Amino acid sequence: MSQRIVIDPVTRIEGHAKITIQLSDGGEVEDAHLHITQIRGFEKFVEGRPFHEMPSLMARICGICPVSHLMASAKACDALMAVRVPRTGTNLRRLMNLAQIAQSHALSFFYLSAPDLLLGMDAPPIKRNLFGIAEANPQMARDGVRIRSIGQQIIEMLGGKRIHPAWVVPGGVNEPLTAEKRDKMLAMMPEGLELALRWLDWFKGIHEQFHEEIATFASFPTMFMGLVDKQGNLEMYDGYLRFVDADGKIVVDDVPPEEYATYIGEAVEPYSYLKSPYYKPLGYPGGLYRVGPLARLNLVNACGTPLANRELTQFRARANTRSSFYFHIARLIEIVYSFEKMQQLLDDPEILSKQVRAYAAPNSLEGIGVSEAPRGTLIHHYKINESGAMVHANLIIATGHNNIAMNRGVMQVARHFIKDGQVNDGILNRVEAVIRAYDPCLSCSTHAIGHMPLLIEVVDPKGAVVAEVKR
Amino acid sequence: MTTQKARIATIWLDGCSGCHMSFLDIDERLLALAKVADLVYSPLVDHKKFPEDVAVTLVEGSVSSTEDLEKIKHVRAHSKFIVSMGDCAVTGNVPSMRNPLGVDVILRRAYLEEGLENPQIPSLVVPKLLPLVKPVHAVVKVDVYVPGCPPHAETLFYVVSELLAGRLPDLTKMTRFGV
Ligand code: SF4
Repeated sequence: MSQRIVIDPVTRIEGHAKITIQLSDGGEVEDAHLHITQIRGFEKFVEGRPFHEMPSLMARICGICPVSHLMASAKACDALMAVRVPRTGTNLRRLMNLAQIAQSHALSFFYLSAPDLLLGMDAPPIKRNLFGIAEANPQMARDGVRIRSIGQQIIEMLGGKRIHPAWVVPGGVNEPLTAEKRDKMLAMMPEGLELALRWLDWFKGIHEQFHEEIATFASFPTMFMGLVDKQGNLEMYDGYLRFVDADGKIVVDDVPPEEYATYIGEAVEPYSYLKSPYYKPLGYPGGLYRVGPLARLNLVNACGTPLANRELTQFRARANTRSSFYFHIARLIEIVYSFEKMQQLLDDPEILSKQVRAYAAPNSLEGIGVSEAPRGTLIHHYKINESGAMVHANLIIATGHNNIAMNRGVMQVARHFIKDGQVNDGILNRVEAVIRAYDPCLSCSTHAIGHMPLLIEVVDPKGAVVAEVKR
Repeated sequence: MTTQKARIATIWLDGCSGCHMSFLDIDERLLALAKVADLVYSPLVDHKKFPEDVAVTLVEGSVSSTEDLEKIKHVRAHSKFIVSMGDCAVTGNVPSMRNPLGVDVILRRAYLEEGLENPQIPSLVVPKLLPLVKPVHAVVKVDVYVPGCPPHAETLFYVVSELLAGRLPDLTKMTRFGV
């Protein structure tokens, strides 16, 4: 007689999901799945709408990384108009994108994952949240809130709104930057950088306590994918796709983003509304790869800014960079990078130029826009008719790329920690924590509530529930 | 000193999380709020069961799946005030754009499109989509409506503060279309 453990909802992730773990007769983990429970149909319901609506509409896919969707969508629209965005327009978009990476990474690290890292995986559930951090280490809570707030304020100064700004448009952005706002932004950079370095140092001091998690949090060989610039360095807005193998050796490089479909296929599983992209030449599911901060730091030649370069070198020398536990440190290094890079962009006097937008009617019936979202590579692919109405949209969302690896990670953690069918809160929290490490962004809804936090269903071989154990 | 803290909750139906993010945009006031109220259920905390008696529940998103429906009914039964937070909750907004097409068309486009490996419509464990996406007040009584996509952080802070002070917030000056 086998048992099924259900974690529902998975908490402290951006969105809701459910995990099921199937135990064998002997109480060993047989199978484990992450279920994403929502589908909204953007790819279908945008058909027939004018293409220039896409950035604002597509941003509503996600309120945590709306800026990423604005970027990828606007770039796909630039391609439909076949225009070149003025240099300052591009740099202003880059600035907003970096501000978002800083704020989103701060949310993931300080608000969602730090409770496990500061208080421990086995801390009482009631304390495992931002308010628990505020009690145990008020400075950590304050600093985390502040880093996120700096990122959000920059987005607001540029776009007029912190969430879903309407400022990124096909062809560029719709308003130049004023000197006054530029100065205000510049004034916040040293503080942001200092806070990010403080908590990066803290993390470097404690991470080895988590050796068991490091060894089991999706610690296995996979390929990694992300964008790089012409020099092979970290690039969040533009660039070329690179795949590396588990040892960091380049598998394919310099792939123009328009050719993504040559390398990336998508598969459907019956237990999730989230599709599973895979590396086509290796087939499904063998072609699994990871994206996001850890992937980016595993595949670039360098970050390209002084402090982030230094941290990357140290990280590679010291840590098991294949473990998804290290998504956390990669996130902190990328916050450092974001502040350094924003400072560079703001120091360039041309950032105040009034040439920020190109105007055109549609000149091409197909357009592809790719950028790096906080969670990984984001792909928007549009087709329109001659009057500019959408006829087809294909979206590959950053979190999706990690779907296979997240499922395998859940399995690895569950297998390691669950023995003889014995589970407790700390173990279940670890199963969730491996998902949190990926910082998945799931625009999906949660589940039947009123259930007990943990439901173990005892299921007979035909799948009928014969007993339930509630915690 | 021993006065009980107010209990507040936030839930997420079919939305983009932008409304929750806007609530977080009250920044350090979040930590101050924690001194007068407990966040007893929310994507941000680890309580997996919606508690019995919640003073204020902020609801993001529309009602799109069988689970959303079950959930919002449960939340209604255990909350004193329900706030429809943002346009998805108030009007159906973006999620309801699928309504004219029907669920079948959406699912076929997503999962049966040519070129996919294992094409099939997911049906294990995942909840069924409702034939029509509805705003929250179409299925349960709503006490306060806060439009906006998302509503501004200031607006949300004002709403929560007023409700905690025992007053119904007057939003006529604080919202306009799309903000
Ligand atoms: S109202 Fe807007 S911000 Fe809020 S959940 Fe809906 S789309 Fe997102």
